[in-house]
Amino acid sequence: MRVFQRALALLALLATSSCSSDSERPITVRGSDTMVAIGQKWAEIYMAKNPEATIQVNGGGSGTGISALINRIADICQSSRPMKKRERDIIKHRYGRDAIEIPVAKDGIVIYVHESNPISELSIAQMKAIYTGKIRNWKELGWEDRNIVVYGRENSSGTYEFFKKRVLNGEDFAADVQTLPGTGAIANAVAQDKYSIGYGGIAYSRGIKFLAAKETDDSPAVAASEQTIADNSYPIARDLYFYLVKEPKGRTKDFIDWVLSDEGQSLAIEEGYFPVRPLAKTENSATVLAK
Amino acid sequence: MTSATTAIAALKSHRRAKRLDSLAKNVILGVSLVSITIILLILIFTFKEAQNVFFDARVREEVLPTLFGANWQPVSDSPKYGVIPLFVGTLKTTLVAMLIAVPVGVLSALYSVMFAPKWTKEVLKPAVELVAGLPSVVIGFFALVVLSDWLQSLTGSSSRLTALVGGVAISLTAIPIIFTISEEALSAVPQSIKEASYALGATEWETAFYVVLPAAYPGIFAAVLLGLGRAFGETLIVLMATGNAAITSWSLLDSTRTLTATIGAEMAEVVFGDPHYNVLFLIGTFLFLFSMTLNLVAEFYVKAKLMKKFRGG
Repeated sequence: MRVFQRALALLALLATSSCSSDSERPITVRGSDTMVAIGQKWAEIYMAKNPEATIQVNGGGSGTGISALINRIADICQSSRPMKKRERDIIKHRYGRDAIEIPVAKDGIVIYVHESNPISELSIAQMKAIYTGKIRNWKELGWEDRNIVVYGRENSSGTYEFFKKRVLNGEDFAADVQTLPGTGAIANAVAQDKYSIGYGGIAYSRGIKFLAAKETDDSPAVAASEQTIADNSYPIARDLYFYLVKEPKGRTKDFIDWVLSDEGQSLAIEEGYFPVRPLAKTENSATVLAK
Repeated sequence: MTSATTAIAALKSHRRAKRLDSLAKNVILGVSLVSITIILLILIFTFKEAQNVFFDARVREEVLPTLFGANWQPVSDSPKYGVIPLFVGTLKTTLVAMLIAVPVGVLSALYSVMFAPKWTKEVLKPAVELVAGLPSVVIGFFALVVLSDWLQSLTGSSSRLTALVGGVAISLTAIPIIFTISEEALSAVPQSIKEASYALGATEWETAFYVVLPAAYPGIFAAVLLGLGRAFGETLIVLMATGNAAITSWSLLDSTRTLTATIGAEMAEVVFGDPHYNVLFLIGTFLFLFSMTLNLVAEFYVKAKLMKKFRGG
């Protein structure tokens, strides 16, 4: 009996102490695996500047994050794709309002080829032909007579859906596109395979090069850079989002405002993403793609 | 008077001991039922999530027309859920893995039991068991980075990541299982049978191949089934090393997508309650039933056969 009482007292003590030392409820952020790193960076720097705030960032995938948001397990959902109609409908049904969508960074999708590949630019139409299986040989693009080994992302990834919508115009990928988990895996595969092609975020890897993209066959080729992505002249860029189900208030609002500030946005650049708007010139904005 | 009280006391303590006994028995029974309950719950859960494919009109209309087709394009404007390429993929990698793992596993077990000098045996067994302890992500990484290059230069295939690479890598996980269980079965063959064979003038090789191996057949059969279950259910290695392109082709030098890798790759981002989600669980139910059948057959068949053979039952 005495043991029980003592345990109870200890529990009570713990409860009160944790209440008094930290009166703020932690903010829970969940969602896209693509965005975990950048979300954690934001949380880390923000907490260093505001020691009384607690922000927990977890991955799991955009879909997982959205269902966590719907079930109120998360306050903010990070998503690398826009919400689907079905998900929007559930939120509207359950909360009587639309989800709040806040673009917080941009991600440029680039085409990778092996560094020894002489081709330096592709039009969107050529990319589409390669990924839908209409162009299968490098000869058709003016190189050696070799089959193109095509790598892409898994259909669970936001990048897959974005590429399919933006480049393939919604058409299906060819069945023989090999899919690998993660941008890093694709960059490595392309680096080891002379006749291959892949797509993904800006990933630094030895042995690959990024191709410049052309909107149409006659338009000028644009290389991906902070400038061209922020001003929308690079054609294959997407937004990364925060989603919420209720109007942000207090600490949550402060955090989101800070993420959108020049300081938060320049952290996005450090993590390999791009700001949602051109930033004022700072030290940081020296070309990210110096390589 | 006193003798009556002692008798009553003895009876009471006897009753208490009995009660304690049955309590302990029930607790242990409960504990052993936990794993069975969990398995049952998993089966019920996976099937519950899969059943919409058959019983929900909306999902059925979307899924069934394409379910047995050759196109796996679940994320699409007109989604196609053809599982044929996935079955072909699983079949190909499993076949390659078993073609390697069965001879290697069984023959090295035979060597270890019949021919190996003591010190070789002492090295061989722990070495094989060490392979069993390798995390599959390590094997997958090895396959992705090293094995794929070797096999590409050997076969001249145009893609690096193929069913062959996946199958060879999976065989590394099946070999230890087949080896360990076969070895147990082979060691269980009674000395008297071997001696009878020698007495009839058979050489060591003849005894090993024509007497010991057939005598241990049920155990080896079980080993092969369990190895098959392992190869069939392997996820991470194929996800990393086969390129995951859902093509229906019987060539081992094409990239391939297995049932397990499909679940592994797609489950994280699927919209909950979507037909795609239901189909993934349908695949899961199938995998579950298949490996359960394998295990049951291995267990019961072997029990029945082995018992009869060696205990004269």
